[in-house]
Amino acid sequence: MTGAWPVGAVAAISVLQVLGVVVGGPLLVGLMRKVRCRLEGRVGPPVHQPLLDLRKLARRERTRPDQASWIFSAVPVVLVATTLVIALVAPLLATDPAFGWSADLFALVYLLLVGSVALALGALDTGTAFGGMGASRAMTIGALSEPALLVAVLALSVPAHSSNVPTIVARSLTHPAWLATPQRLLSLVAFLIVIVAESGRLPVDNPSTHLELTMIHEAMVLEYAGADLALVKLGESMRLAVLLALFADLFVPWGVATGPGIGHVVVAVVAIAAKVAALGVALAVFEVAVAKLRLFRVPELLAGAFVLAVLAVVSALVVP
Amino acid sequence: MTPSVGHARSGRSAPASIVAPDDLVDAAQALFADGMRLALVSGHDDGGSLRATYLFTSGPPDTRVELHVPLDHNRPHVPTLAALSFPASRFERELADLFGIEPLGHPQLRRLVLHQHWPAGWHPMRQGSGDPPEMVTGAGSFPFVPVDGPGVYEIPVGPVHAGLIEPGHFRFWVVGETILRMKARLWFVHKGIERLFEGKDVAAGLEIAERISGDTAVGHALAYCQAVEAACAMPVSDHAHVLRAVLLELERLYNHVADIGALCNDVGFGIAHAWALSLRERLLQLNREVTGHRLLRNGVVPGGARVDRLPRPAELAEVSHRFEELVELASSNALVMERFAGTAVLDEAHARALGVVGVVARAAGVAFDARRSHPFIDLGPLLSPARRASGDVLGRYLVRIDEVRSSLAILADLVPRAGDLHAVGSSETTATDGPGSAGVGICEGWRGVVVHRVEVDGRRRLRRVKVVDPSFLNWPALSVALADTIVPDFPLANKSFNLSYAGNDL
Repeated sequence: MTGAWPVGAVAAISVLQVLGVVVGGPLLVGLMRKVRCRLEGRVGPPVHQPLLDLRKLARRERTRPDQASWIFSAVPVVLVATTLVIALVAPLLATDPAFGWSADLFALVYLLLVGSVALALGALDTGTAFGGMGASRAMTIGALSEPALLVAVLALSVPAHSSNVPTIVARSLTHPAWLATPQRLLSLVAFLIVIVAESGRLPVDNPSTHLELTMIHEAMVLEYAGADLALVKLGESMRLAVLLALFADLFVPWGVATGPGIGHVVVAVVAIAAKVAALGVALAVFEVAVAKLRLFRVPELLAGAFVLAVLAVVSALVVP
Repeated sequence: MTPSVGHARSGRSAPASIVAPDDLVDAAQALFADGMRLALVSGHDDGGSLRATYLFTSGPPDTRVELHVPLDHNRPHVPTLAALSFPASRFERELADLFGIEPLGHPQLRRLVLHQHWPAGWHPMRQGSGDPPEMVTGAGSFPFVPVDGPGVYEIPVGPVHAGLIEPGHFRFWVVGETILRMKARLWFVHKGIERLFEGKDVAAGLEIAERISGDTAVGHALAYCQAVEAACAMPVSDHAHVLRAVLLELERLYNHVADIGALCNDVGFGIAHAWALSLRERLLQLNREVTGHRLLRNGVVPGGARVDRLPRPAELAEVSHRFEELVELASSNALVMERFAGTAVLDEAHARALGVVGVVARAAGVAFDARRSHPFIDLGPLLSPARRASGDVLGRYLVRIDEVRSSLAILADLVPRAGDLHAVGSSETTATDGPGSAGVGICEGWRGVVVHRVEVDGRRRLRRVKVVDPSFLNWPALSVALADTIVPDFPLANKSFNLSYAGNDL
């Protein structure tokens, strides 16, 4: 876009993005847990605990249900791989990452969806009651949250005349007034609700419960163990980090490097880390204050998100 | 069969009549018509002869009537009371399993206590039943009622659960997320506790009674001691009664506080859970200073009570303050209240028909409280009726809150009355060489009414102890309350009942 990026720099930035998401995802989860614990008057585990857990799990034996097929084993890989692709091509640090041309908003949303569907398939593949229950609930929620996300994204691409994320981010930076338009704000709220639903956080799902019958996301991954479980957990935390980073990109893009230079990149790294951490802390604070919704209320919440997203599109088309 | 008017004393022998099996139904019908409830049914094997004992209670005034039914040793049977009382039908199934006493005409005579893998014809409570036999392999499976239809599927849960939960198997039949039917299969931790009492000295039996259900140490110890005192004619001073009442309320406090937090936790409101756990810990530390044990063991002893010190008014005020903060935090959260309201409703008609007791009954509008019906100490107006009519999770939550407040008020009143005497009473009364006697103890544990019936021989050895934990009466109501509840609300409904597996399975 702006200026000429040397090929080496582009590659380095993409590698940096991937590394940042792989390490930053678990740290984000650890940070959110720490904030929750502190607010509840508990000490809580250290922020890097999820990384230690991953190391522990990676060394443990994988166990698989007898009746499971190859799908069950492929799911953790698919989950992590799809998220890695997003981390690679999304403009998390610079407006011109490698393969930035492919970072279409719709492509990114569907990459996330591939991960969700893979998890549900893996859950069904186990043949257990809990897996089927979790998959059915997750798909119910997914069927409502994905359209809301797509429509919210559409509202963003209208003023930029492009659905390419790097382009949207670059044009947002040159037209800061866009960020305060009604369609932006409506789409922001819809996007936030979808993030909460997609990442299985309160008030949609309770990630810390041990009660199988109430679980949505956790019920799908009950049968995973060892390295498989490590991959699933890594994938989950990376998805959360990527969702928050995309949110930061689209709604508060300042700090993303628009031109080559080591200084730009350093600023971009600090900015994205700070933005994602701040969003994570805000989510955690919100989680302490709310309880989990009754399952049948979740569609109402997501329908609300969808309506907001539609309004955002209408407003984007009507208000120039 | 004239009921005697109750005094401020709950451990005593009940007036008994000997009834032939053929007359049992008429006799029971007359007692039910007088508004009495069937509190306990106990089988007895006296070596050469078998008998069954039915304890009926009502109050106030504290009224207890026993029917003693001698049985034919060769073909022991009783006519079923299932048509008159649902709890009776369950007691009868227990009799059939443990004693081989057949309830004639029982509508659902399946195994209750003994799982299918125990050989038929082995009844562990019969004299000479010996060591447990080899388990039968390939025994029939549990006769779950099949539920069929388009879209119906089954969810089996347990007996091993995530988290620190006792073992129990729950089988759900579900359409979408709505529960059509739930069957709880229990007795995975049947330990033969009633048998363990047999032959022990009455003082030694206390240790077992305190361990029947770990969270109800005082409730079971108190009912046991009252029964033993009645059987052995041990005097108990008024002062000991005051100390016992203090211990009983301390037990109610820490359990209700924990339950209120756990209810919030089950709807994902973790902060209230953290606060409740912290308050519970404070109460457990107080318990330890009062009796030397965090779960209040060794406080109630046969013939008296023993405490190291009493809770101070300032400590009670601090607990009260922190409790009100907790309630404010939870009750002011609209999402939490929304989850509680209307979830797992047990209406009053069902509660009465099933004979449920304790918190569950009072949340459904049934006012039964053994502290009022079978008082051992006069609490007067302090015992405000904790009663809600809604029968849902919210009702059970609010009853617990009301009861914590009333317990704190009772403690604030009792502690000055207890004075500075700490240990009173002892079990050192002379043994009589009589033929032995029986006694009944009834008290309102934190879950509900706990009933023990004890028979001792002339040397004060326990011949038979029958225990009824409130959980035994309340478990069937959980399935009923789940009608129209959705699967993800089951853990919340289950927690709002919070029944004991150990107390039920015995």
